Amino acid sequence: MIEVRDLYKDWKEFALNDINLEIEKGEYFVILGPTGAGKTLLLETIAGFYIPDRGEVWIEGDDVTILPPERRRVGFIYQDYSLFPHLNVEQNIEFGLKSRKKSASQDTNRKRVKEIMDWLSISHLANRYPATLSGGEQQKVAIARAIAIEPSILLLDEPLSALDRRTKDYLREELKRVKEEFGITMVHVTHDQTEALVLADRIAVMMKGRIMQVGTPHEIFNKPLNEELADFVGIENVLCGVVRNNVNGIAEIEVGTGGTIFAVSEYPGGAVKVFIRPEDIILSESRGVSSARNEMMGGITELHDIGPLTRVKMDIGLIALITKQSRESLGLRNGDEVCATFKATSVHVVSG
Amino acid sequence: MRVQEARMGMKEKLKREKLFILSLFLGFFLVLLVFITLGNLFYKQAEDFSGLIAAATDLVVLKSIGISISMALVSTLIAFFFGVPLAYFLARKDFMGKSIIEGIVDVPLMIPHVVAGIALYGVFMRYGMIGAPLRKLGIVITDAYPGIVIAMLFMSLPYLVDTAREGFKKVDPRLENVARSLGASHWRTFREITFPLAFPSILSGAILSWGRAISEFSAVLILAYHPISAPILIYEKFTSFGLAASRPISVLLISICLVIFIALRVLQRRSK
Repeated sequence: MIEVRDLYKDWKEFALNDINLEIEKGEYFVILGPTGAGKTLLLETIAGFYIPDRGEVWIEGDDVTILPPERRRVGFIYQDYSLFPHLNVEQNIEFGLKSRKKSASQDTNRKRVKEIMDWLSISHLANRYPATLSGGEQQKVAIARAIAIEPSILLLDEPLSALDRRTKDYLREELKRVKEEFGITMVHVTHDQTEALVLADRIAVMMKGRIMQVGTPHEIFNKPLNEELADFVGIENVLCGVVRNNVNGIAEIEVGTGGTIFAVSEYPGGAVKVFIRPEDIILSESRGVSSARNEMMGGITELHDIGPLTRVKMDIGLIALITKQSRESLGLRNGDEVCATFKATSVHVVSG
Repeated sequence: MRVQEARMGMKEKLKREKLFILSLFLGFFLVLLVFITLGNLFYKQAEDFSGLIAAATDLVVLKSIGISISMALVSTLIAFFFGVPLAYFLARKDFMGKSIIEGIVDVPLMIPHVVAGIALYGVFMRYGMIGAPLRKLGIVITDAYPGIVIAMLFMSLPYLVDTAREGFKKVDPRLENVARSLGASHWRTFREITFPLAFPSILSGAILSWGRAISEFSAVLILAYHPISAPILIYEKFTSFGLAASRPISVLLISICLVIFIALRVLQRRSK
């Protein structure tokens, strides 16, 4: 378990501000944020490479704020793997064992290295030097080297960002396997939302040196706390409105673009902002009967293909994301009048 | 590959390599300057082979060359022992007045060697700030081996410190971070990661520093004319007996150093 309390650290050109985090034992925790948010610096401070100006870092119930990194039992993996270039794969993995287990014999170390190499299927690389390995292979060696010392915590700084897609998918599964097998608490920093969604038990969104929101992937991607966060997680529909009525937890919201939206929300009244994910909006030719509470007619102003999907912009201030096939079978064209349907549970309301 | 190359005409080849050819052409002038000067020296000496043999069997000559090479080695070892930690510190830490320290280290590169010699003499002579207390302990610097070493050390220090510092800078601090996270102490991280990775640069700096120390003349002349080292003996012979007397010693010194330095460079390339 990791606790970061009121952490503050100034680097002149950048600062970590008022960071508070509680990461549970055995949890896969992802710190998600745009480039330059300070994610790496936070991770390096947890590892002990920097001492914070204010605040504390606790690991497994101990205050480690001023403890040097070698006494924290925290594994660290960088985006560029940072393998020792003058040591071969086996020596790289063995490096940590030599300092941690003073009593262990060289044979015991060698056996342990072999076990880990087998487990990650990299035994055939034992005598190779890092410069001769592919990115994926290097990252596996870096993982092996980090888990060899049986850390209670593994800190991963953009570990998959420099890899091609297939290797990325494969290593993502390996990271999950590491967590399951060894029960290590994983703290993984990334700017990649898919990665966060697939791996995380919980996510912290970080921007400009601050933690903006902590929650489950569902909360982060569907219930952002403000417009900036909504924008970051790709919620393109942000409407301003006023709650006119609330009956049994269903708010009736009059939106600025005209019309009324129903949302599952406790807001009794007042100005609000309404977030709807574009993929939660269903388009049809005309009004029909369905369980969805919201139906709005609107004209298409823009059609834009993104890979297999089409982004449909409407004059009622809504953007929908549908498949190209749907677009073709509906025969959508600019200026067409369509019906946008979405459920009251797909609408997230924050105070505006 | 070769087949493709053969298909290219001479003209095309030249076109592709234009910048390289220009670089070689311009750089050649520098090589020529050194080559002609030394070539002439060796050529003239070849006409007087018996003179060379006489010098090579003259104990005074051999001793002076021995003094130059060995005192330069001592100077380099001292520069290594104190200079490598300084280089590491300068490469890794930012602090107020860092530029001042870096500037001080580089001063010997700019000042005339004779000025350095006079300044050193002022400090290390019998009544000098350091010379006087050392004399009470029975240590004499001027006109003794320590004087040669100090003069050499002063003049050759920047070569080692600067090169080693650049070498340390090239070692990614993240490698050190990872080593620390793997449980290695700061000292072990330096010993097993930072130092070995910076070693080619440090060795390069040591070679430069050693070479510079062997060749030091003015500062050594002022601080320790005796015991007589090779450059001073050469100068003495030149002023007393002329070119023909000094040349064989020069040729001998250059030949020995050339062999040593080529060997060191080969060794260095292997270690990379």
